[in-house]
Amino acid sequence: MERMQKLLIFYIGSEKMREVAIIGIGITKFGELWDKSFRHLIAEAGSKAILDSGIGGTDIDAMYIGSMSSGRFIGQEHVGALVADASGFSHIHIPATRTEGACASGGLAVREGYLSILSGINDVVVIGGIEKMNDVGGGSATETLATAADQEWEAFFGATFPALYAMIANRHMHEYGTTKENLAQVAVKNHANGAKNPYAQYQREITIEQAMNASPVAYPLGLLDCSPVTDGAAAIVMCAADKAKKYTDKIIKIIGSGQGSDTLPLHGRRDICTLDATVHAAKMAYKQGNIKPSDIDLAEVHDCFTIAEICAIEDLGFVKKGEGGKAVEEKITTLNGTLPVNTSGGLKSKGHPVGATGVAQVVEIVKQLRGEAEKRQIKDPKIGLAHNVGGSGATSVVHIMEVE
Amino acid sequence: MKSNVARFWREIPHRYNLIGNKCESCKRVFFPPREACPYCRRKSIGKMKEYKLNGTGKIVTYSIIHVGPEAFEEQIPYPVAIVELDEGPRVTAQIVDCDLDDVKIGMKVESTFRRIQEDGYTGAIYYGYKFKPMRTK
Repeated sequence: MERMQKLLIFYIGSEKMREVAIIGIGITKFGELWDKSFRHLIAEAGSKAILDSGIGGTDIDAMYIGSMSSGRFIGQEHVGALVADASGFSHIHIPATRTEGACASGGLAVREGYLSILSGINDVVVIGGIEKMNDVGGGSATETLATAADQEWEAFFGATFPALYAMIANRHMHEYGTTKENLAQVAVKNHANGAKNPYAQYQREITIEQAMNASPVAYPLGLLDCSPVTDGAAAIVMCAADKAKKYTDKIIKIIGSGQGSDTLPLHGRRDICTLDATVHAAKMAYKQGNIKPSDIDLAEVHDCFTIAEICAIEDLGFVKKGEGGKAVEEKITTLNGTLPVNTSGGLKSKGHPVGATGVAQVVEIVKQLRGEAEKRQIKDPKIGLAHNVGGSGATSVVHIMEVE
Repeated sequence: MKSNVARFWREIPHRYNLIGNKCESCKRVFFPPREACPYCRRKSIGKMKEYKLNGTGKIVTYSIIHVGPEAFEEQIPYPVAIVELDEGPRVTAQIVDCDLDDVKIGMKVESTFRRIQEDGYTGAIYYGYKFKPMRTK
């Protein structure tokens, strides 16, 4: 990032890095959407975001689309062009690029769009995220998700994707005394938030007992520790901040962006319980925004499994390593807590259409910062953070947004 | 996904015999073998030497899988663990030859050559390592 800043200053000759604003958001209902196709979903999310922003089609300089595995889920690659076409922009030939980083594909699209504006090449970009997961059977969807893990050295030997997070959970319990009840508390909280989100897949509350007694998937994780298979799309419109006023008064600035990578298999990591890619991405974003974790008013974190939320609040620096379980128990992360986490319901309850997730997290943060989160609105948030992870932690993307 | 059998036989030395490699510069051992040492990088190019791991280690963490992929369905429930080998590298593998309740973090284990899965499409049977509790002498 520092090197990039220097390069930008060199090339643009400006004293200050360009600022980027989010001026439009759009999201579809998340769930099992049998009557909606891939192209219908992304066009719906995209047109909502464009209408919300006030831009016109010819203002768009580029599009970035996050999709993890359209090839396996709907047998279709080349979805950058497909999305431009489905959105009605094929005849104006807008550059459209797809990003892939497993479940972090959407977050990568956000970051690539952001960097393209920072570079000075683009002024207005539309970013979409999409996954249509229910056109294949459940078993096939699970196998596709497992491609986020190391096929040769994890999946080949019988490890499933939930088993990787289960091994993180088991080690976290062993080292820090985190309990199965702590995991259940994450699920209960996120379902309570999701019950207040009309776009969520599961708009219903669950109890601790239900979460703890759910059928086992991969010990110590049960069914209610896992995010579901979901269809859905989300989109945002981003604009160079100095040009944003032209289109709208609802301006949310991106003040920090970070990305990190790590070994593809979980067993290669420095520490099983720490996602170093997240630590790296967060440091990068905090440094750019010149803020500390305690400045964050709310966060959407990547809770693909309940243990992932506990690790995330530690790795993002909100609590010390090992104290994530305790923080959940003390209700710090509930809607009325000091740091609300996953007000949307998170991946657990809102649903997890993998490629859409990173974009949908930004949509939720923008809604909260604008004061448009309805029944789940928290009081006067100023700074929000979105955290998107690929695989068991080999890719991580963090974005920090602030009300202008 | 249907794959050509070459994808599997090219890994035979590693999966059958735990052949990894060692960086002659920093003496770290890697499994599976790496093209370059991530710590020494350019200094390690051309200095990565084949190294056979002895197959003993301990369980760092584990899970018991209750919902598994088709190829492993008949084995459910089965334990999978991350094993730290004595030479340093960690691997992911099944734990066998013990009750589910016996699997513990810190347990000493040794590798054993087993059938991992078979491919109904090519008819090929894939073998590799699993781990079992270390025999006490």
